[in-house]
Amino acid sequence: MEKDALIGEIRQRFAADIESDAESLGDQVLIVRREGLRAVMSGLRAAPFDYAVLLDLTCVDFLATENRFEMVYHLLSLSRNSRLRIKASLPGGNPVVDSLSGLWKNADWLEREVFDMFGVGFTGHPDLRRILMYEGFEGNPLLKSYPWRKEQPLVPLKD
Amino acid sequence: MESRIQKGARPDTMLINMGPSHPAMHGTFRIMLELEGEKILNAEVEIGYLHRGFEKTCENKTYFNLMPYTDRLNYVSPQINNMGYAMTMEKMLGVRVPERAQAIRVLMSELSRISDHLTCLAAMAMENGAFTVFLYMMKAREFLWDVIEFTTGSRMTTSYIRIGGVRADLHAGWRESVKTAVAETRGVLKDVHGLLDKNQIFLNRTRSIGAISKEDALSYGWTGPCLRSAGVLYDVRKAHPYSIYDRLTFDVPLGDYGDNYDRYMVRMREMDQSLRIIEQVAALIPDTAPAVAEEGLEPTEAVRLGRLHKPAQKVRLSPNLEGSEKDRYPDILTADAPVCVPPKEDTYTTMEGLISHFLFFMKGFGIRPPKGDVYFSVEGGNGEVGFYVVSDGTDRPYRLHLRAPCFHLLSALEQLIRGRFLADVVPTFGSMNMIGGELDR
Repeated sequence: MEKDALIGEIRQRFAADIESDAESLGDQVLIVRREGLRAVMSGLRAAPFDYAVLLDLTCVDFLATENRFEMVYHLLSLSRNSRLRIKASLPGGNPVVDSLSGLWKNADWLEREVFDMFGVGFTGHPDLRRILMYEGFEGNPLLKSYPWRKEQPLVPLKD
Repeated sequence: MESRIQKGARPDTMLINMGPSHPAMHGTFRIMLELEGEKILNAEVEIGYLHRGFEKTCENKTYFNLMPYTDRLNYVSPQINNMGYAMTMEKMLGVRVPERAQAIRVLMSELSRISDHLTCLAAMAMENGAFTVFLYMMKAREFLWDVIEFTTGSRMTTSYIRIGGVRADLHAGWRESVKTAVAETRGVLKDVHGLLDKNQIFLNRTRSIGAISKEDALSYGWTGPCLRSAGVLYDVRKAHPYSIYDRLTFDVPLGDYGDNYDRYMVRMREMDQSLRIIEQVAALIPDTAPAVAEEGLEPTEAVRLGRLHKPAQKVRLSPNLEGSEKDRYPDILTADAPVCVPPKEDTYTTMEGLISHFLFFMKGFGIRPPKGDVYFSVEGGNGEVGFYVVSDGTDRPYRLHLRAPCFHLLSALEQLIRGRFLADVVPTFGSMNMIGGELDR
């Protein structure tokens, strides 16, 4: 299969940084070590892999597990017409990962959203601050530990 | 707190706010501008005014219950969102959808796509002073929404496309109303081409303004008409065909320069293609016996007779009323048991029907996909509408993330207006089609 050959090639190229690969309902998934994330991503973006578009970037909070946060990236290659999912686990204590804002311009806002919603830090991000919630909002709403019906604002209303 | 733009501003420049409530901001959206005369030195975009916690809410709703929330993402084309979510879940559950339902879905999403483009261009033209175009396009949209309203029962937040199929069959006489809508829209598009294409005022405000290069468009994750206006061929309907799109003939219009005018033109030409698709799909959908008896007892009369015994004749019910569609279910909903709401006829009349109703709606039952995660996307009005769903095996999603095409488009706005004039903000912003519900979720 062409797809498998591609995954094999990617694994061979970034052998040190890729933990494993999987297939999920027909989609190819690569699990990457967080230290090597930026290297893998910049390699995938360039030829011969040519994943030129960062389709999506998000995070999942697995509260009970040791590696609490899982970053999920979706890449798209126009020349190959294929999508690829990349995952990287982050520890709950100090969730920090390299920023991809130098590789893709939309990573700037996407990472701000993850920072806003999950409190994940991105090293090398030019302007890491909240994007959807307001200044003065306390907590990170998409964390599993944040109660669904919790009410804010904690900012006093103006007269 | 001081914003980034305030910190970096030169003392001799002027800082002004556009928005959060500005007539040209389609929704609530704020751009802070640093101006030197009329020239924009720097811009900062602030979003989040319409944030409703969509993703958090979905984690606390069952897979079936969260459908109406998807209507409220891109509220101008809710059916495409419905379809995106429904197909994501179908991919996860491995459900096969009946042929007729697939065709109805495509018909509905193309109607929605046209109304999405019409709304975007109408507002954009109006902000550039072409109020006639606005009125013409709103007129065409009414005809499209007539079809949607007669079939689904509502104009905007329809929740019509369901996991496993569609909510109800098309309304009686749909063929005529689709025909009218297509003819009216064609007429309006022709008029608008005549009004705007060579209009010097419109050209001055759109040609080579807000231009984006191919590389930047890709780097910003643009999809949909805005990406295609920059000359990149990527349409989810062609690249990763879903539903019955692989059997339909349509072209994907491309632009050359990625400026406001190209974004206008690509949308206009895309509407032509959507009309083509609608005609093809309408020909694919066979006529069936109407689900609801056109001739029959009035409901009040049926109730009166029913006191003695069940009347033999059919009852004339509204097509949108629950409990009149069981005959149509095999065509419009999948037979895979726990995915669809059981027919109301059974729920109200038999014990087994009532049990299966409860088994669908009770907490902890209903739709329970296997553990795992899934990403699926459809081509929305603004670009690739993707859903990323993580399931932990329970009846509600562990995490649901929407890839909102608008979010990626708007992240490029700062770059596009920097160095331009203040008046260029309006057409540039207008041509991007910002939809608050989808942007802020």
